Amino acid sequence: MGRIADAFAKAKKENRAALVIYVCAGDPDLRTTEDLVVAAAESGADVIELGVPFSDPTADGPAIQRASERSLAAGTTLAKVLDTIGAIRRRTNVPILLFGYYNPILSYGEQKLVEETAARGADGFLVVDLPPEESDGLRLPAIEKGLDFVPLIAPTSDRDRVTEAAAAATSFLYYVSMTGVTGSKATDLASASERAGALQRELNRPIAIGFGVKTKEDVTTVARHVDGVVVGSAVVRVIEEAESSAAALSAVRTLVAELAAGARRQ
Amino acid sequence: MQTPEPAPGRYGPYGGRYVAETLMPALDELTRAYEESQRDPAFQAELDSLLHHYAGRPTPTYFASRLTEEVGPRIWLKREDLCHTGAHKVNNTIGQILLAKRMGKTRIIAETGAGQHGVATATSCALMGLPCEVYMGAEDVRRQAPNVRRMELLGAEVHSVKSGSATLKDAMNEALRDWVTNVRTTHYCVGSVAGPHPYPLIVRDFQAVIGKEARAQMIEQAGKLPDAVVACVGGGSNAMGIFAGFIDDESVRLIGVEAAGDGIATGRHAAPLCAGGVGVLHGAKSYVLQTADGQIVEAHSISAGLDYPGVGPEHAWLKDIGRATYGAVTDAQALDAFQQLCRTEGIIPALETSHAFAYLPTVAKEVGDDADILVCLSGRGDKDLDTVLAQLKSRS
Ligand SMILES: Cc1ncc(COP(=O)(O)O)c(C=O)c1O
Repeated sequence: MGRIADAFAKAKKENRAALVIYVCAGDPDLRTTEDLVVAAAESGADVIELGVPFSDPTADGPAIQRASERSLAAGTTLAKVLDTIGAIRRRTNVPILLFGYYNPILSYGEQKLVEETAARGADGFLVVDLPPEESDGLRLPAIEKGLDFVPLIAPTSDRDRVTEAAAAATSFLYYVSMTGVTGSKATDLASASERAGALQRELNRPIAIGFGVKTKEDVTTVARHVDGVVVGSAVVRVIEEAESSAAALSAVRTLVAELAAGARRQ
Repeated sequence: MQTPEPAPGRYGPYGGRYVAETLMPALDELTRAYEESQRDPAFQAELDSLLHHYAGRPTPTYFASRLTEEVGPRIWLKREDLCHTGAHKVNNTIGQILLAKRMGKTRIIAETGAGQHGVATATSCALMGLPCEVYMGAEDVRRQAPNVRRMELLGAEVHSVKSGSATLKDAMNEALRDWVTNVRTTHYCVGSVAGPHPYPLIVRDFQAVIGKEARAQMIEQAGKLPDAVVACVGGGSNAMGIFAGFIDDESVRLIGVEAAGDGIATGRHAAPLCAGGVGVLHGAKSYVLQTADGQIVEAHSISAGLDYPGVGPEHAWLKDIGRATYGAVTDAQALDAFQQLCRTEGIIPALETSHAFAYLPTVAKEVGDDADILVCLSGRGDKDLDTVLAQLKSRS
């Protein structure tokens, strides 16, 4: 089992949902990202989704769009993100999932990216605009190297697509709670969680729910039904609002600790 | 030669579907609905009737004798500027809105650059009684103001998009974000042969009427096929539409003209086929303008409809296999050609279209004077008067 699957299993044993925290690499700069990831891990994040910024993030709402713009303006590239992962790995063992869009990956070279990701110690990929049918070029070399490939399921996915996604998954499946972009308000998180829970039992694979999960209460709602919960925009927002890197670190510590408390099942 | 399509939705290595999972079922649904509509004679009859009685098809093919005197080879113009709404875009929007109704969609969204696709979508929605929202870059809202007014008069809501370069690319990003949110009720009416499968196929097929008519008209009026067919390329829909009529005629050269903006060497251009690399943008693999690490670069063109860092995947394939060739002309060359067509033929072309005309001297050198060149006159230029007059004033 890889680090990500281990983290999900450990959380389950401890009667809580695995808390997945999204951070946009390079927002406000990569040095701070390194500290933010370590802080999030120390405060209770089980898995880090490390966002690789892209110029045209069509699946993201305003908060992550702005984070990507700040990161790109600060000169972030995929190569530099990989270096940062190396630095993070010297400080924490938290599983890291590279999260992003396909073009920077295609441009870097899929095989080369897989090799370097493994060498730096990250654990897998989630690519928003790479559905299973387009994913062989990244997924197969990743699996070969023991890295995870995390497919998405959406509220619109039919039976066949859910089955296909489950077959492509190596650790968990990412369940998008609603039709929408990141950071939108979840319309009915409770029933989305219920549906995802039923699917998790049926597929016998861990599912994490993301999109529109913002507060400790949201996390608790999700944790009742599935093995994992993803919080992104809410984290990005406290980083954006912080007046210094030190303030961002302490705000992220506070928020992640609170969310982690919400992930515990009573 | 057959149109190369090894797999559905693929043009060689190009095309495909690189979108969020949420949209994948909608693309399947659209593909199925489109295939069914193609087999349904009632759909075809309704489309043909609207294209004829409402949009004014067939459009003429016109021998431009005074332009011919200046250029050398005989120049023929396929008059898409005479379509209702003033550009070829309406061929596609009537087809797509009919399709949307067939699928039971109750809301239409679109992106627009020059505003021509937005106007055509708003028009088709008014015609068929569907609400319409159009995403347009703030920069384009400014330089294509008359079209914004037109869309509003037609009952559409125009959203000014301020992110990124505030042009067509960003309008398309925002339209995709709307679609992913409202996908169950909404049809996204894509305006060119770009985007994920099946859009490049659907839009090409709806625009193929241009090439089909033009081929028959050339045979009737010139007694022969043209030696070359020339069209401007933004996303590539008017070009793909006219190319479609001649793609199996190996003797006919197919030539697309991109926007070189300030000049290819300056880096400020909108010519992915001539000076870009392979990448994925807006759901398809094709040529794009990008940095060394895969970030999409802003395009630059005087023409809002060509100001886009991507291009339809079928063009990428036609370029690679050599069936079509692509050149680029600068803003300044396009402005000269704009004026030339006004003065020689009494036709005010769109700035997009002017790029095709600006390339004619280059094509003339290739084909010689005893040849026929068919140009896709994709649209008229009333919308561009502010931009052109300001440019001409700053020149003098
Ligand atoms: C008149 C005209 N020609 C050409 C274009 C470029 O689009 P395409 O390359 O899809 O034909 C536009 C786009 O707005 C247009 O308005």
